[in-house]
Amino acid sequence: MQQIINFIIRNKSFLLFLLLFGLSILFTIQSHSYHKSKFINSANILTGGFYNSINEIDQYFNLKTQNKLLTEENKTLRSRIRSYGIKTDSVVTESKTFGKPYRFFTANIIKNSYSLNTNVLTINKGENDGIKQDFGVISSKGIVGIIDKTSANYATVISILNTTSKISAQLKQSNHFGTLTWNGKNPYITQLIDIPKIAPIKVGDTITTSGRSSIFPKDVNVGVVKNFKLDQAENYYEINVRLFNDMTSIEHVYIIENVDKDEIINLTNSY
Amino acid sequence: MNSILTIHTVRFILLVIIQVLILNHINFLGDINPYTYILFIGLYPVKNNRIALMFLAFLLGITIDLFMDTGGIHAAACVFIAYLRPTILKFSFGMIYEHQSIRFDSVDFGSRLTYFALLTILHHIILFSLEIFNFSNIFIILKKTLFSSIFTILLGLILTIIFSRKPK
Repeated sequence: MQQIINFIIRNKSFLLFLLLFGLSILFTIQSHSYHKSKFINSANILTGGFYNSINEIDQYFNLKTQNKLLTEENKTLRSRIRSYGIKTDSVVTESKTFGKPYRFFTANIIKNSYSLNTNVLTINKGENDGIKQDFGVISSKGIVGIIDKTSANYATVISILNTTSKISAQLKQSNHFGTLTWNGKNPYITQLIDIPKIAPIKVGDTITTSGRSSIFPKDVNVGVVKNFKLDQAENYYEINVRLFNDMTSIEHVYIIENVDKDEIINLTNSY
Repeated sequence: MNSILTIHTVRFILLVIIQVLILNHINFLGDINPYTYILFIGLYPVKNNRIALMFLAFLLGITIDLFMDTGGIHAAACVFIAYLRPTILKFSFGMIYEHQSIRFDSVDFGSRLTYFALLTILHHIILFSLEIFNFSNIFIILKKTLFSSIFTILLGLILTIIFSRKPK
C-alpha cells in the first residue's frame, strides 16, 4: 500500500498528464461522432453571448452584400408568386395543399467556420424560439447544415463542410439519389457519392436535396456538378459538387422544422 | 505575488480573446491560422510547479475548444506541451534553466527562438493530428503543421518583443 502511494506521489505529474490528456481525447472522439459531444460546444451563454455581442458590430461591415443577397431572393420569390398566380388562376386549391408540413424560422449566423475539418456554426436562435436538434438550416441560395446542440438562446449547426455530415441529395433531373459528404479540402466543393452508374449525369447538372430524410424538404438547392468519376468498385459515381452557397460569407439563414417528423420516425421505426 | 497573478489572468483572457476574435478569421491561403494563445504556456513562470501549469493549460485549451466547437483537440495539445515544457526548457536554455533563473526578456534570441519553435511545432502536430484524425492524410497534417507553425512562431516572437518590459 505504502509503495502504491509512493508510486502515485513520485509520478503525480505523469499521471495527471495522462488523466487530462485522456479527458481531452475523450472529448475529441465524442465530437467526431455525430450528435455525441455533450459539454464542449459553443451554444452556451458564455460563448454564445460573446459571439452574439461581437456579431452586433460585425454585421455592419457586410451590410451591403447581405442586402444584395436578400433583394435577389426577394426577386426570385416575387417572380415565383407571379407564375404561381397565373397557373392556379381558375383552380380551386384544396386547403390541404397549403399546410405543407414545414415551418420556417429565421436566424443569424453569429459564428462562421470553414477552415477546419469539422466545421460547426453558431446561430442566435435556441430552444426559447422552438429550435430543436435535427432541424435543417438553409440560406437563400442553398443548403447550410443541420442543427446539433441547442441552449436557451443559441444553437450550433453542423455545417455541410464537416467531414461527419451526411445529407441525402439527388440529381434534379433524374431523381437518382446519393449522400452528400465533404472531404475537408475545399470550402466551395462538396462530394456526392453513391449515385448509381446508370444515372445520366453531365457537368453543370443541378443537385438538390432528395426529401428522403425527414430533415430537409425536397428540391432545396445544393449545387451544380463540377466533375465526376466512377469509384474504385466502378459501380457508383463520385461527383464533385460546386455549392451555390458561398459558405465563407453567410449571415441570414432559415431553419426548417418538419412538423410531421415524429410521425415519420415512429412509422419507420415500427418495422 | 498578487501582481503576477493579475498579469497572468489578464494575459490568459487577452490571448483567448485575440485568438477567437482575430486570429481564427485570418484563414491565410484558405485554412492557415496562427494559434498564438500558446504564448501563455510559453511565458508561464519557470519556477512555478508543473501540476498547476498542466491544469491551466487544460483550462486554456478547453476554453478555445468551447469557442471553436472542436471537441478537445486544443486541450489535448496544450496539456501535452505543458507536460513536456521542463524538458524543452532544459534543451533550449541548458545551464541557465538548471539555476532556475530564466527571465524571458533577458535570454538571448537564439535560445528563445528554439524554445518557442519547439513548443509550437509539438503543439501543432498534436493539434492537427487530432483534428484530421486520419493517418492516411499525413501529408495534409504535416503541411498544415509547417505553415501554421511558421505563422505562430513569427507572431509569437513579435508579440514577445513588443511587450517585453525591459527594452535593452
